[in-house]
Amino acid sequence: MNKNNFVITIATVNGSGSQSANSILLKTLFRMGVPVGGKNVFPSNIAGLPTWFWIRAEENGYVARRDKADIFIAMNAQTLVEDMKTLKPGGFFIYNSDLASSMQPTLEAQAKEMSLHLIPISFKPLVDQSTDSVKIKKLVINMVYVGVLAKLLKLDLDILNKTIADQFDNKESVILVNKKAAELGYLYAEQQLSSVYFPFQSQLTEKNKDKIIMDGNTAGALGWLFGGCTFTAWYPITPSSSLVEKYIQLAQKYRKDETGKNRFAVVQAEDELASICMVLGAGWAGARSVTATSGPGLSLMAESAGFAYFTEIPCVIWDVQRVGPSTGMPTRTAQGDLTSAVFLSHGDTKHPCLLPGNIKECFEFGQEAFDLAERLQQLVIVLSDLDLGMNLWMEKKFSYPEKPFDRGKILSAADLDKISQFERYGDPDQDGIPSRTLPGTWHEKAAYFTRGSGHNSKANYTEKSDEYQFIVDRLAKKWETAKTLVPKPIYISSAEVEKSLDEDINNTQLSVSSSQSIGLIAFGSSDLAVKEAMKLLTDKGIKSDYCRIRAVPFTSDILDFLKNHPITYVIDQNRDGQMYELLKSEFNQICHLIKSVKHYDGTPITADSIMNSILTMENKRCQ
Amino acid sequence: MSVEQSSSQNPPLTANVNKVNLTKKEYTGSPSTLCTGCGHDSITAHIITATYQNGLHPFEVAKMSGIGCSSKTPAYFMSKSFGFNSMHGRMAPVTTGAKVANGNLHMIGMSGDGDTASIGLGGFAHLIRRNLQMTYIVANNGVYGLTKGQFSATADKGAKQKNGAYNPFDTIDICSLALNLGCTFVARSFSGDAKQLVPLIQAAQKHRGTALIDVISPCITFNNHDGSTKSYTYVREHDVSLQELGLIQPMQEIKVDYPEGSTQKVVLPDGSELYLKKLGNHEHTVTDKMAAMKLLHDSAKAGEILTGMFYIDETASNLNEELNLVDAGLVHLNEAQLRPSKDDFNKLMAEFN
Repeated sequence: MNKNNFVITIATVNGSGSQSANSILLKTLFRMGVPVGGKNVFPSNIAGLPTWFWIRAEENGYVARRDKADIFIAMNAQTLVEDMKTLKPGGFFIYNSDLASSMQPTLEAQAKEMSLHLIPISFKPLVDQSTDSVKIKKLVINMVYVGVLAKLLKLDLDILNKTIADQFDNKESVILVNKKAAELGYLYAEQQLSSVYFPFQSQLTEKNKDKIIMDGNTAGALGWLFGGCTFTAWYPITPSSSLVEKYIQLAQKYRKDETGKNRFAVVQAEDELASICMVLGAGWAGARSVTATSGPGLSLMAESAGFAYFTEIPCVIWDVQRVGPSTGMPTRTAQGDLTSAVFLSHGDTKHPCLLPGNIKECFEFGQEAFDLAERLQQLVIVLSDLDLGMNLWMEKKFSYPEKPFDRGKILSAADLDKISQFERYGDPDQDGIPSRTLPGTWHEKAAYFTRGSGHNSKANYTEKSDEYQFIVDRLAKKWETAKTLVPKPIYISSAEVEKSLDEDINNTQLSVSSSQSIGLIAFGSSDLAVKEAMKLLTDKGIKSDYCRIRAVPFTSDILDFLKNHPITYVIDQNRDGQMYELLKSEFNQICHLIKSVKHYDGTPITADSIMNSILTMENKRCQ
Repeated sequence: MSVEQSSSQNPPLTANVNKVNLTKKEYTGSPSTLCTGCGHDSITAHIITATYQNGLHPFEVAKMSGIGCSSKTPAYFMSKSFGFNSMHGRMAPVTTGAKVANGNLHMIGMSGDGDTASIGLGGFAHLIRRNLQMTYIVANNGVYGLTKGQFSATADKGAKQKNGAYNPFDTIDICSLALNLGCTFVARSFSGDAKQLVPLIQAAQKHRGTALIDVISPCITFNNHDGSTKSYTYVREHDVSLQELGLIQPMQEIKVDYPEGSTQKVVLPDGSELYLKKLGNHEHTVTDKMAAMKLLHDSAKAGEILTGMFYIDETASNLNEELNLVDAGLVHLNEAQLRPSKDDFNKLMAEFN
């Protein structure tokens, strides 16, 4: 019997309303205290193309995606046969037999070959009983499978009903029809499937007591809200749009003054060229200013990124990465923007990038990005991705941010009184960071001229080599200062992995568990899959230490980590191993100590693929 | 019409200082590096005069521009104002961000015909759509000066380049386009016509939304030859002034002498009055948008370069008003004003379990 340990895949047709049903199923498990993760694999389409929802339940918290499912709910005729192939041997294939008629022999043969259990259910009569409305039938059919699973998995029915009510915002009639459909599914399973031995069960636990479940875009929007974001310009693009939409909702509720006026502004721009320019204008004026986008938008922002770098304007880009190049696969996930983000624009340009690895960091970096941008007077790019941004992740409840905003070196009129001369592009503190004044500051010395052309420390136009070089050398010095300010990597050894799933382990100190341990470096949404891969590798006798990089520029402790391991595998969700390449160019003395593990098929990375790549390379290395 | 402006007791407008007690000299900038005789330098001088006369304090002004000869000019006026010489074609969105962030800033934008009508056309259109409050001056010479004389999108069909090439494409008429996009202040002038341009800039600075002035500003180096339709000679020969303009500041004693029926008065948001006395044959009401469109169409067809005030609407709300922003500006808000309470935070967290 597998208690609280199973993978469910649900195949439906895009636009058929399965999202509510799947959320209810996931959230019911979550509220029962079962550690879960949910991933929506959807097409770039309004309606008609196939879509899948993956649920992973695992008692210890290993809830990253796995390659194969234990239980399949097949509601899409187009994909029935292919879907069956994604089950583990011995798995359960529950399908809508109304769709299968001509495929029935094929399904039966394939199930036999794969040793699967076939559970055909005719959904039509069940749906017919739940409602007379043709329109509603199409939607509530999904609740019928929720009911079937409720019986098979022994879900807590009180929690299920409460979750249904919450999902439909306490709208009585909607709740009733959905509950009824679920009940019909439940009764069907009770009466017709009682003889089936079903080895997967859920059970109430206390594990999720202090936990929340959220997508990374929502967490990012909360970060903006609490981080004091005041200006946002955006152009809608998947998978970043939901972040801004969520932020607008939040700001409208929490950012009104006593008279009902807004303490925030959001402008939907005409394109990404304009959205980043608006963000620059607002950042220059002194607002905490941000845009959200994805790959194609990031490309359009390139010129402005260089302008922001050279003119030292604080601003933030939140890039929810998707599969490229070009339009690529807009609804699939990747980490392919890393290199272009770090070096976005022409000339000598580089930007601090933050790499959140979970929803808690989406919330925290959503705030920290503004502090860093204002402290460094730079564009800061946050690299999330579709998997982290749009899928549901469990995490400990966030803590309330108490830290004051870091507005950086802003000189007020009173400050200007105290100094003999204001140099906008000087280096008053020898840390590469100049002082700035905000437009509108009422003082003779306040004004300066912002220009993307060559300028000297007084912000005057120049084409003189030494004056130009002073500025770009100081910008390079600022990059060194950035290394002391960006979030450090988190280090976890294989011995600590299990613990890290349940509680925060924030070791920013390097740990080497033994001289035999291999090193692993990853970033962003790969985190949970890497942790599970560490467990799988331990089971195979390979110990590992894990360094999760959370920012560029790299801190020097990463070099120590690399030097202290016989080999380090750098895990990227892109074809070219972009993190691997960045590390090689930064720490070129250790090129022989690192190898690249890549996953880039558009799906979220799995522990299986990480482990298999590493095992293959380890076999060669140790021969 | 003769509009006499005499000083009243309040505010004191002496010969040397304006209402914020600054001399005109305090509105000047660095020496121009444009070609001697460039129309843009005249525009710079008119901006200085208009801003001085309006009594705007340089500390409250932000000078915005894109890239090009036109966009260099903010360095040549009002050194005590902040300046933002942005990217090619990007003045509109940069200004949008800055003005929304701090609504108390007074925005003076300087763009060119390439900057506005080619590379920045999208931003220009959407700035107008949003009615961002700013003075938007296009120094329009029909050519790219800094890259040595290629045609821009405002070059007239059949116009001749210095090297003899003809422009085969229709011109983009910035004023017609702006009207179509819903611009709430549309005017055209000539860089050499101080009498007309100064009151237009003054009125623009008082306007509640986007105030567009398309200023024909000859390029002395690359577009001042025979066959050019934007040379000094051609513009002087074809310039048809629609009105004679006069602007009366609020609190000034007004002595206006005009014949009945031929002069319109527009009251601007600060109480100033813009007087428009009809010149020539064109009958036009400046609050009638359809009439303005027809007027521009007809005069272009007749080969005229019609200048003057074409359209004004002081009733439309601007972007900052639509966004319902706090009066103090977004830039100075602090933690207490921006960060929701711990109580709200806990309620928010409860939505996710």
